[in-house]
Amino acid sequence: MNEVTKIDGIGSSVRRTEDKKFLTGKGKYTDDINRPGQVQAYFLRSDVAHAKIKKIDVKDAQSAPGVVGVFTGDDIAADKVGGPICGWVVPCRDGSATKEPPHPLLAQGKVRFVGDAIAVVLAETAEQAKSGAELIEVDYEELSPVVDFENAGEGAQIHDEVPNNCYFDWELGDEKATADALSSAKKIVKLRVRNNRLVPNAMEPRCALAEFDNLDDSYTLHTTSQNPHLTRLVLAAFMFAIPESKLRVIAPDVGGGFGSKIYVYIEEAVCVWASKKVGRPVKWTADRTQAFLTDCHGRDHVNDVQLGLDENNKIVGLRVDTVCNLGAYLSAFSVVVPTYLHGTLLSGQYDIPAIYTNVKGMATNTVNVDAYRGAGRPEATYLLERTMETAAREVGMDPAEFRRINFIPKGAFPYQTQVALQYDIGDYEPHLDKAMEMIDYSNFEKRRAEAAKRGMYRGIGISSYIEACGLAPSAVVGALGGRVGQWESASVRVNPTGTISVFTGSHSHGQGHATTFAQIVADKLGIPMENVEVVHGDTDKTPFGMGSYGSRSLASGGSAISKAVDKIINKSKKIAAHLLEASEDDIDFKDGKFVVGGTDKEKAFGEIALAAYVPHNYPLETLEPGLEENAFYDPTNFVYPSGTHIAEVEVDPATGVVQVVDWAACDDFGNLVNPMIVEGQVHGGIAQGIGQALLEDAHYDENGQLLTASYMDYCMPRADDLPSFKVGYTTTPSTVNDLGVKGCGEAGAIASPPALINAVIDALSPLGVTDMSMPATPQKVWKAIQDSQSVAAE
Amino acid sequence: MEIKDSYELPLPKERVWAALNDEEFLKKSIPWCEKLERRSETELAAEVKLKIGPMSTRFIGSITLSDIDPPNGYTITGSGKGGIAGAASGSARVKLVETKDTSSTTLSYEVSAQVKGKIAQLGSRLIQSTAKKLSKNFFGSFVQQLEDINKSK
Repeated sequence: MNEVTKIDGIGSSVRRTEDKKFLTGKGKYTDDINRPGQVQAYFLRSDVAHAKIKKIDVKDAQSAPGVVGVFTGDDIAADKVGGPICGWVVPCRDGSATKEPPHPLLAQGKVRFVGDAIAVVLAETAEQAKSGAELIEVDYEELSPVVDFENAGEGAQIHDEVPNNCYFDWELGDEKATADALSSAKKIVKLRVRNNRLVPNAMEPRCALAEFDNLDDSYTLHTTSQNPHLTRLVLAAFMFAIPESKLRVIAPDVGGGFGSKIYVYIEEAVCVWASKKVGRPVKWTADRTQAFLTDCHGRDHVNDVQLGLDENNKIVGLRVDTVCNLGAYLSAFSVVVPTYLHGTLLSGQYDIPAIYTNVKGMATNTVNVDAYRGAGRPEATYLLERTMETAAREVGMDPAEFRRINFIPKGAFPYQTQVALQYDIGDYEPHLDKAMEMIDYSNFEKRRAEAAKRGMYRGIGISSYIEACGLAPSAVVGALGGRVGQWESASVRVNPTGTISVFTGSHSHGQGHATTFAQIVADKLGIPMENVEVVHGDTDKTPFGMGSYGSRSLASGGSAISKAVDKIINKSKKIAAHLLEASEDDIDFKDGKFVVGGTDKEKAFGEIALAAYVPHNYPLETLEPGLEENAFYDPTNFVYPSGTHIAEVEVDPATGVVQVVDWAACDDFGNLVNPMIVEGQVHGGIAQGIGQALLEDAHYDENGQLLTASYMDYCMPRADDLPSFKVGYTTTPSTVNDLGVKGCGEAGAIASPPALINAVIDALSPLGVTDMSMPATPQKVWKAIQDSQSVAAE
Repeated sequence: MEIKDSYELPLPKERVWAALNDEEFLKKSIPWCEKLERRSETELAAEVKLKIGPMSTRFIGSITLSDIDPPNGYTITGSGKGGIAGAASGSARVKLVETKDTSSTTLSYEVSAQVKGKIAQLGSRLIQSTAKKLSKNFFGSFVQQLEDINKSK
């Protein structure tokens, strides 16, 4: 038997190869990079939410110590530089288009949120830039701020182009069929839920270092981006009108994104512009306060839900009316998040014959709202799973059984929902059953009784979620208003010795691509993982790629790599056939060797690679030398991960503190490439979901001041807020891609908030509590307990 | 944010009213006040140094008197810019009510305050307590000074 090298291939929990540098503090982030002669930028920001700018006096700032330049919106306008663009728009119900107001790089005549940039000061040091900015006099004429997004329509108009502060009023589904279904329903369950506003809080704040090379008129930008090619495209084509070849964008190690680093923000663009203006490299690093004030926030929806049931408690119809807060300007994906990434998910795992949804996107004097881990899908799952729980309670059914009878049956796939999506495959009962088993659902009442003896209220809550990720296909995305393609690219270069360099259009900012992608290549080529390097994040090195967001990297980026490797194998077979003097059809490739079927004649992969680069014995007349292949993979459909999470909590009535005591997560991500990395993603996602459900809340006061702008007032989850998670899987491989994979990056954040809130309500249900809004802070929970007791006493 | 309080003073209303309009007297009542100059009948320029939570900030601004109803009270409004720290403004409606025998006066006040910028972002939880403390300090030492003068007479 042949000696087979141990391959850390698909399905192996290999330790992350990239972690050594991160764990030893040797990661190289944008702020770690410095250039000789660089100046530091500081942005003067509005401290009022809504005002006309009557006058900006920069004279004193210009002559302040160390200051190299002070620029305002007028300087940008003089150079005709464009602002950030919206990457996806939707049609309105009345046939009009999404209103897209301009977003100047620096304020022109008006400020629209606290943190809106008014001027940039460049100086020798960051301190000097900041001190210089203090000398700028801004004379405001304050306008009435619009903060309450539900009533934003009645507020002062923020943009001339956006009447009634409504960016869009969109619908999906059949309104009449849904109305008919609801009117014939035996029971209608009504619920109003709020999805609290979140600050993304990537560990690394945003940062940019821009340089201009006057010898060839080109720019280089190091920046904190999840998608350097998109950043280059927006900057080059839409802002500066320069050839893309004149701008190189590098996103080196990036310390977390969660969606907030998808977009091109004004600061990066101003740094690029200013680097030419002053002829020196320009560096800007956000401090934590600026991250709170200016990184796009997430969520911030209010949903009114009506769910109709028949006499057998089967769902007959669903109507959801949503109002969402999009903030002061339209960010890149702000429009698609509450529409096509939200409305299309409203069928969940359930067979719902009629669905209709209306979404109004409102402008307010708060920072822009855009994608945050899950992006639209957590909001859809939250409202649906809260409603499912409420409905089960109202009809007196066990919440698990109520879900079960409404699941799309296993035999119904591919399943066409009433909200545009077609689920290729899924099987929902197994993950419900497994999660119930993992948490010992059947003995829960014993645990509740035991907790009651200790004076604690114990509750259990379920969330069965579906996610659509790996956004695709491009043609559909385009038909729905998307302005980008949603394919992914890969270039696989086999080096002469048989080692591999993979150039991916995906971007890793914590996901572990260097490991996962190497495993795919190692598995397919039968070579050790150490022989595979993964290159990403530099527009000069990698093919044009769409980057990483929406749990797309493996399903789209991994599949592109797989396709490129297939091309490598095909070409290698031709080379092997020549070397082995056999027909190409007779060549089998297995365990890294090309074998003539039925014989012991074989060539190792490394020998093929060498022959391709030293083509002395090579079919040059029919085959090009070299071994390097590209693939651009445009999926035919989304992939649809699903799962069931069950949370168990104990509430202390004396303090209102909710302790998460147990958690079972059973997810169907299709095939797993690296189960350890997947488990890490699940843990991280649930932690963020628990943060949303119990702790986090971005709050603006009525004047538009962000009151939760530091960790003193914005509470992030910590280790002691989290239980030890029980993680399990079921597997129905995706039919969309060759690897059979789905996405796992957002699932935890999507599944967990409703499971947790359902558990809190279940815990307090003996007191008659039927609703709880996020975050379920001790104060809120304690008050709900007190109120229920005072009702009981009356 | 609303803060209310009142003090009993063993002085006639006119005496208290005079003190309320004497900038030197006012200045002495604001220990954190570095400058107070009368600009007009109803306007004063002020510089104060305040510590709110983690931030120590010098505010430059103005104080205006309005709703003047001698000797029954006025509204005193202050607003100041603290540079990069943001801005703060607040007003106090001050009312004087004399007892029947005119021997003593009740000074009552109602304060409202707003903050902007970094002070709001970092110190919002502390504003209420800071404003309360400052109001108490100001009116407390104002009353104390009046009582001291009264005693020494």
